[in-house]
Amino acid sequence: MIFAKQLTKSYKTKTEEVKALLSVDLNISKGEMFGVIGPDGAGKTSLFRILTTLLLADSGSATVNGLDVVKDYAKIRQQIGYMPGRFSLYQDLTVEENLQFFATIFNTTIEENYSLIKDIYEQIAPFKDRRAGQLSGGMKQKLALSCALIHRPVVLFLDEPTTGVDAVSRKEFWQMLKKLKNDGLTILVSTPYMDEAEQCDRIALIQEGKILMNNTPEKARASFTEPLFAIRSDNMYKLLHDLRDVNLVNAAHIFGEYIHISSPFINQETIVEELKLKGHNQIQLIQIDPSIEDVFIKLLTHLESHEQISE
Amino acid sequence: MKQFRAFIKKEWFHIFRDRKTVFILFGMPVIQILIFGFALTNEVKNANIAVLDYSKDAKSIQLIQKIDASKYFDVYSSLNRASDIDKVLKSGKVKMVIVVPQGFTQSLEAKHKVSIQLIADASDPNFATTLFNYGTSIINDFQKQYFIEKIPLVVTPEIRMLYNPQLKGAFNFVPGVMAMVLMLVSTMMTSIAIVKEKELGTMEVLLASPLRPLLIIISKTIPYLFLSLINITTILLLSVFVLDLPINGSVFLLVILSMLFAITCLSLGILISSSTNSQQVAMLISLMGLFLPTIMLSGFMFPIENMPLPMQFISNLVPAKWYFYIVKDVMIKGLGIGSIWKEVLVLFGMTIFFLVISIKKFKLYLS
Repeated sequence: MIFAKQLTKSYKTKTEEVKALLSVDLNISKGEMFGVIGPDGAGKTSLFRILTTLLLADSGSATVNGLDVVKDYAKIRQQIGYMPGRFSLYQDLTVEENLQFFATIFNTTIEENYSLIKDIYEQIAPFKDRRAGQLSGGMKQKLALSCALIHRPVVLFLDEPTTGVDAVSRKEFWQMLKKLKNDGLTILVSTPYMDEAEQCDRIALIQEGKILMNNTPEKARASFTEPLFAIRSDNMYKLLHDLRDVNLVNAAHIFGEYIHISSPFINQETIVEELKLKGHNQIQLIQIDPSIEDVFIKLLTHLESHEQISE
Repeated sequence: MKQFRAFIKKEWFHIFRDRKTVFILFGMPVIQILIFGFALTNEVKNANIAVLDYSKDAKSIQLIQKIDASKYFDVYSSLNRASDIDKVLKSGKVKMVIVVPQGFTQSLEAKHKVSIQLIADASDPNFATTLFNYGTSIINDFQKQYFIEKIPLVVTPEIRMLYNPQLKGAFNFVPGVMAMVLMLVSTMMTSIAIVKEKELGTMEVLLASPLRPLLIIISKTIPYLFLSLINITTILLLSVFVLDLPINGSVFLLVILSMLFAITCLSLGILISSSTNSQQVAMLISLMGLFLPTIMLSGFMFPIENMPLPMQFISNLVPAKWYFYIVKDVMIKGLGIGSIWKEVLVLFGMTIFFLVISIKKFKLYLS
């Protein structure tokens, strides 16, 4: 459905050249929910804009539904639904007027495709006479999704749809996406939140314009072979420093109220003893399953150490 | 067509739901006409003057009464000493002092010759010159009325102010205000309206939709073209009914050519919007790059003939100059298309030029 080969894009500023994408390859099948996961500035938006024909790549090629993003841009623009990073609605138009407008410019009517957006739109319908600018973040997001879906697109591009939205709305949003996916829609979604990666069929981890890994979430997690532990004590700041001094520990990173550590031949008692000697109390140490975030951080540290070696 | 209608409807919502926009669009023309019509005028009306009359005889009193009776002057005070002249001018209460010498009637009748001194406050040179001209013409008039039969040979210049016999400032500024308002509505408001879509990110969605970019531009500009028409009508109505300024030429021709100028301005607006990404920058470029030259170089404020040659050359590049000439010729001189075809052709050429460039520059892609 979506196919990209060696996509490269860079932006020139006055002082330097910023590389947004470095030979990105993608292959997304029909009906798949594909997540592009990466921090801000990783190149997610550039990738989306190239695939939605809004930006020209410096080199490489891409097709959407078999159509070339450069040659057949006009045809692609009729078939895709796109929700940009910012909620691109008309703030001074009401909910209904926004939806009406987007339906008309896509040569359709609300009634014609109402079945597709019914579940989503019904939640905001009580506010249909309210201006879009006065909606909450979650409601804006639902309206933007309704507007992107109103013409029954074959592919849906969602660029960071959950950024700036509360936790409950985020959960609801992913449920809506799953439902759309089950109806056969191909969805390409990007997010900076690692926990959302689990919701996708396949994910690509992207950093500094490069795709570090392209796999299913399960396989991505399985690629983390070393035992992983979560640890906490009464002095977390000191703990992080001390852990990095312990020889047996490979990596230590803060995850919420725990520090995740991995080590190929970890011995739980030794570590606890050693930390007690350094003055830590109330030490908790539990073995855990790796999350996508652990995988991502491991990939990043590998990348950095490789770069240091090559330099 | 349905897309087009929906787009224009949306554009109307943008315009009418923003009070500031509505004010600029509808209040501005009215306010400008009123300000230029009643406040910012360099016409002299009832200027305060003082009189130092050394004669105080029959003829001198007649002359002073005649001056006082004219609508240009009000005799504010009568002075008794020459030393008061400086005082009263310095106080700023009067702008001119008229000094009549002793034995006014006598000298006139005996020698047929007498001098009257006009002392004007020339800190504003234009105003002083105007006062001086009006004063001289009243005195000449007086002289003709009473002494013409006694002066054997005299050449009297007969002056006729064609097209604007009352020398009304409105004849000059109404065309100027029309150019300014069209520039404001069509260039500034259009460029802001387009850039706003970029700033809010909605342009991204529009571009990713099947809407043709040309359709986006046209639908964004049509409402402003229509508003320009309303503004032209308002200005013309105000100038006819409030400022008593007649439209001597064809109203139809005037409106058609105003629409041509509005299209020139619209294409400039599109051009500005395609080269900037923020509303503030669009506004600055419109104001500094277009609005100022319109005021300075169109001949509206300062006569182009008095400018140094390079400036005169530059003024040819200002579309408002040509429109200003057209409006003056049609509205005030009552000329038809036969006499202004050259100006119309220049404006038409400029319009096509800007329109082609701005549509070409309007991007299919972001950034």
